Amino acid sequence: MKNKYDVLVIGGGPAGAIAAKTAVEKGLSACLVEKRPAIGAPVRCAEGIGKEALHEFIDPDPCWISAEMTGASIVAPDGFLMKLESHLAGNKVGYILNRKIFDRQLVWKAAEAGADVAVKTRASAPIMENGCVKGAKIERCGHVMNVTADVVIAADGVESKFSRWCGIDTTVPVREIMSSVQYVMADINIDARSTVFYLGNEVAPEGYLWVFPKGERSANVGVGISGKKSGQGHRAKDYLDRFVKKTFPHGKPIEYIAGGVSVCRPLDCTVADGLIITGDAARVVDPLTGGGIYNGMYTGRLAAEVATECIGKEDVSKNALMVYDTTWRASKMGKAIERNYHIKEYLIKLPDPKLNEIIHSVSKINLREFTTLSLIKEIISINPKMMLELGVLAASIG
Amino acid sequence: MLKVHRDICGYCGCCVSVCPEGALELIDAYLCVEKNCTSCGICAKVCPLGALEVVDEK
Repeated sequence: MKNKYDVLVIGGGPAGAIAAKTAVEKGLSACLVEKRPAIGAPVRCAEGIGKEALHEFIDPDPCWISAEMTGASIVAPDGFLMKLESHLAGNKVGYILNRKIFDRQLVWKAAEAGADVAVKTRASAPIMENGCVKGAKIERCGHVMNVTADVVIAADGVESKFSRWCGIDTTVPVREIMSSVQYVMADINIDARSTVFYLGNEVAPEGYLWVFPKGERSANVGVGISGKKSGQGHRAKDYLDRFVKKTFPHGKPIEYIAGGVSVCRPLDCTVADGLIITGDAARVVDPLTGGGIYNGMYTGRLAAEVATECIGKEDVSKNALMVYDTTWRASKMGKAIERNYHIKEYLIKLPDPKLNEIIHSVSKINLREFTTLSLIKEIISINPKMMLELGVLAASIG
Repeated sequence: MLKVHRDICGYCGCCVSVCPEGALELIDAYLCVEKNCTSCGICAKVCPLGALEVVDEK
């Protein structure tokens, strides 16, 4: 590791890896630091991603595709199951990844493209000059060194400490953290081609419980509940254990992971002088699904593109980097986050009987596009009353 | 003060993201509580596993 780079990337998840790779491909020098000793572990993810979203960044590789999905199901609080399929029956709609391998592959690609990579290496403080981020204090196996950079890209995930040290409030409101826990379960009876989402106050208050297949007889089985609803005796782990005991009494957990997923609005501003914030650290998780892999990769790439441009013009001020912030907000991703935030706020307030009613309105939906937007549109067309309840939001769903 | 039950902690960082003081820091598999912790208990509430507890100072 050198003590000066054009770009320093904090965090080795998908956002950081794509940022580092893009930066070196654009001709910059870049270093990615990851505080954990291994890229990809622990996973802290349900590992689902849509087909098109993945293909935008990388061709699927059997090394890190755990399972291919052809549909999804939503289970109402009363147990009624609504099936969602592609309008082309049997068509692939998404993947469940093996993030341990996927994340490694992305960092490998960044390294092969020319980025420096350091693991078990932690950014412990920013280097600031006149309020401008100029690099980071890096701790590695007891050694401390200063690494300066024209632009620091914060991709440090849900904890988002680096930006906080730079003076940006990244605190997630209690009601908008999904307190989550997941088992990777083996030897269970599942539909290996379909994800299943369980809704309801008894199963996952203000969140959902998921079964995402990892193979013919194994799955990520997890739950996320609102931090507001969490407490002694009714934590995410209590909900998950109750579900698993009932649904998969003979299943065997082979991995046990906890995590936090933010479902708040993105940070008010995702840049500062010399700093760009990406992925979970910028709170650009989809507030409806909790999905963050694509959004991480998208913002990681954009951050490196904007950094390249600004470094070329020798202006890395907040003002110059602001094009990153305005671009992602105006993008399809930015608009989806804003829309899905409102849909989430509407849905979490629905009492279980109302959710039952909506899900009972149809037992099977064939979607032309396998997205949350087309699903919501279909549900509204069947339940036109919802249009009124959604109020101003209805216009954005169109 | 905030007590970390290290046998329960899944070092996931959920608590870090909600701490209004920025007093928690996850260093690999070890959760550090810094001096500016106010024992507000928000982290203990949201912890998915129940690894955090506010206890009376002695």
